[in-house]
Amino acid sequence: MARVLMKGNEAVAEAALRAGADAYYGYPITPQSEIAEYMSREMPLRGRSFLQTESEVATINMVWGAGAAGARVITSSSGPGISLMQEGISYMCAGRVPGVIVDMMRLGPGPGNLQGAQDDYITCVKGGGNGTYKVICLAPATLQEAIQLVSDAFDLADKYTNPVIFLADGMIGQMMEAVDFDLLKTNPPPEKPWALRGRHGGPKKVISAMARGHVNYYAANWENEQSRYPAMEKEVRYEASNLEDAELVFVAYGSSARMAKYAAGKLRGEGVRVGLIRPITLWPFPHAAFDQIGPRCKAVIVPELTIIGQMIEDVQISAAGRWPVFHVGNQQTRPMNPSDVVKAAHEVLGGAK
Amino acid sequence: MAIICKRSSALNPMQFSYCPGCGHGIITRIVAECLEEMDLIDIAIGVAPVGCSSNIRMFYNVDMLSSMHGRACANATGIKRFHPDAFVFTYQGDGDFGAIGTAESVHAAHRGEKISTIVVNNSVYGMTGGQMAPTTLPGQKTTTSPYGRDVETCGAPLRFAELIAPIEGAKFVARVSIDTPAHVREAKRAVKRAFQCQIEGKGYSMVEFLSTCPTNWGLAPQEAMEWMRENMMPYFKMGIIKDF
Repeated sequence: MARVLMKGNEAVAEAALRAGADAYYGYPITPQSEIAEYMSREMPLRGRSFLQTESEVATINMVWGAGAAGARVITSSSGPGISLMQEGISYMCAGRVPGVIVDMMRLGPGPGNLQGAQDDYITCVKGGGNGTYKVICLAPATLQEAIQLVSDAFDLADKYTNPVIFLADGMIGQMMEAVDFDLLKTNPPPEKPWALRGRHGGPKKVISAMARGHVNYYAANWENEQSRYPAMEKEVRYEASNLEDAELVFVAYGSSARMAKYAAGKLRGEGVRVGLIRPITLWPFPHAAFDQIGPRCKAVIVPELTIIGQMIEDVQISAAGRWPVFHVGNQQTRPMNPSDVVKAAHEVLGGAK
Repeated sequence: MAIICKRSSALNPMQFSYCPGCGHGIITRIVAECLEEMDLIDIAIGVAPVGCSSNIRMFYNVDMLSSMHGRACANATGIKRFHPDAFVFTYQGDGDFGAIGTAESVHAAHRGEKISTIVVNNSVYGMTGGQMAPTTLPGQKTTTSPYGRDVETCGAPLRFAELIAPIEGAKFVARVSIDTPAHVREAKRAVKRAFQCQIEGKGYSMVEFLSTCPTNWGLAPQEAMEWMRENMMPYFKMGIIKDF
């Protein structure tokens, strides 16, 4: 199969099917409804289970049920719907149930705005549900990368028996780009001896957010917090370039990273040495990448499709006071574009060159 | 010597954690006996609620999932759609099924999910210490209706069985009680019929149990049975409301 032009949401849905999604549950919300539409069309034809739910609360609980039953299960939503799922994600972490949650982010608190944005970073990366838990968050910048990360999300969810969040901005969902499904690597799901299928002569199994396989609540959560989540930290992924001699470093993910790359190219044309760190996993965050930044660096700029910035807090942790960290993002009347990133670089470096 | 009575093999050999005299003990046993007698232990997957009966995840000798508060029917939907040959049931309290979980309960019935639900109506939130439930009777005093339930401000009690029965996808709906041996036998027949509804793939089935909460009602177990007969039964009429 050669490259085909596809809309992001549809490419994500097709990738999930090729990665072996057994079940999809979802509730319509812009800008990701094409995922549910694609699934409703394709899943019955491929013998999979599609269901449009009554709410995102019901959705995540169907995901919790199907994941506990051993399914490769996926859902998708955006901002307000993701908020409603947070308690369920907390339960899935505590109960050690795999599942993939796609968030095509939109802008703002409340109903916000339907345009693509990166406003769910804190909700998804830091955990919007109760208790201490961690979720691997994968952030694609292209559709080719997006389809691979959907497949990887299933593998990581099964490997760690934990939910995985696919965190993309609405632009990734809505834009069309060429993708080649021949390049997509998928793996069959592992054996799931813990899954609820009925006893069929075997021992009884229990899946509970209170503890699986542990009577003692503290022991179960001790294991999660002291070893299970730290084990996931080795899954950190990022792209880094030109850090050693950089006088300025951009740190951006998703569509912002594309803008940052474009801006970096323009600035290099002006003689400004710009490095780039693009986190692919937002949790675990690539803190170690910052140690590659050379001694010439004067500042770090974090372009985000938000008004005041969210990921910037993680970048500040990574910078650890070594460089000043600046935000650039959406403007008073419109979303950020690459010229805003160029302008921010000029300002930070002390005037246009 | 012939064995004429024994603990159901669908129950693990452990003590229930219910308060002495609580109606849950009888209901948990009835459901276990139905699972055993209908040969469902090997294919059953149960969903436990949040509430006094959370611990059924340990009591039942079948695969069990613990639900988020109120969402048992959504969990059961996810399980049943992936394992259509499994026997999937939820066991929920009145606050779980018909307050916080109303949407999930109604829409599972609406879709005609092939699952069975046991709802235990004891007119209060038991585990949290006896607060007002959607089923609390007019004038009934609870820790959050200290002057008695005021219908003007809190509404009249919600009748779950009558709420679910008109929904097209619900194929078996009954309200039963556990106050007398005769009613216990009737209740068991209703649970079996509800389970049969699922086995035959007819649609959603639900049995509402009238039950007691001696601890939070401040009554001895026998007095609690009397109180249920005198106060709950006139408002919550027993019987099979819908049969496939």
